[in-house]
Amino acid sequence: MKIFIPTPLRVYAAGKDTLEVNAATVSGALDELTRTFPDLRKHLFTGEGKLRAFVNVYLNDEDVRYLPQKEATAVSAADTLSIIPSIAGGTGRPGGTGRPGEGAFGAAVKIRPKCLIHIEE
Amino acid sequence: MSALQRAVSDLRLTRAVYEAIRAHGEETYPHECCGALLGNSVQGSSWRIVAAVRAGNTRTDSAHNRYQISPAELVKIEREARRDGLSIAGFYHSHPDHPAQWSQTDFAEAHWLGCSYVITAVDLGKATVTNSFLLAGTTEEDKRFEPQKIEVVETDEPTRASSGARLESKEA
Repeated sequence: MKIFIPTPLRVYAAGKDTLEVNAATVSGALDELTRTFPDLRKHLFTGEGKLRAFVNVYLNDEDVRYLPQKEATAVSAADTLSIIPSIAGGTGRPGGTGRPGEGAFGAAVKIRPKCLIHIEE
Repeated sequence: MSALQRAVSDLRLTRAVYEAIRAHGEETYPHECCGALLGNSVQGSSWRIVAAVRAGNTRTDSAHNRYQISPAELVKIEREARRDGLSIAGFYHSHPDHPAQWSQTDFAEAHWLGCSYVITAVDLGKATVTNSFLLAGTTEEDKRFEPQKIEVVETDEPTRASSGARLESKEA
């Protein structure tokens, strides 16, 4: 099966974006991945050997965490395993109302332009 | 040395991408927009972004000050990027009525080391400042945001880069 390696982890995988492995389960595939590229282990797993909370692993289109057998799920050669770190954020501002013109604490927000644009001929 | 191995100081966007991510922020105002930036690393330079892919904000409970992209959607974006020979090089989102500076929430939830996080301030529904921050470092423990220069080029052709507009973002 193919394991797709996300952009931030390729530097620990000899620059590769894909690794072909022979494995019987999701767990076995991840083991082979980290045996091939040992530096990946600390980025994927906690010290206790569990997948880090922000690391999502998808077997084809299914989140492995929600599969009945989770990482013990059987895989075939035609399957793909995608490793996708989570992406989230936001202003996180307290008291923001979301109403137009109101920032944190409902105060009007003035933003000073900080861009310099140079047109090069 | 590739863009994956070193601190990237520049982020090159085509004008179409630059305008698209700012327009997205205006469209979703007063909610945060989000999406992925696709491109290639450029030898001796940095990421060259040639496409922005809109994503849904799954934080519908608090969309005015939070964003999240569904991992399932990310898998599909990554798969299609791969088919086009591109990589996910970063992400963008908007800060409605809030400066284009990374927040503690942005930092805590940032895990794509070596990738760019582009933030557009949308003030009263109008996109104002767009800044980019590289998530530098080698692990979750030493990660940090570093400001990047945004270079806007008219096309993604390297030879045309010098005729484009250069936009410099500055730290607060």
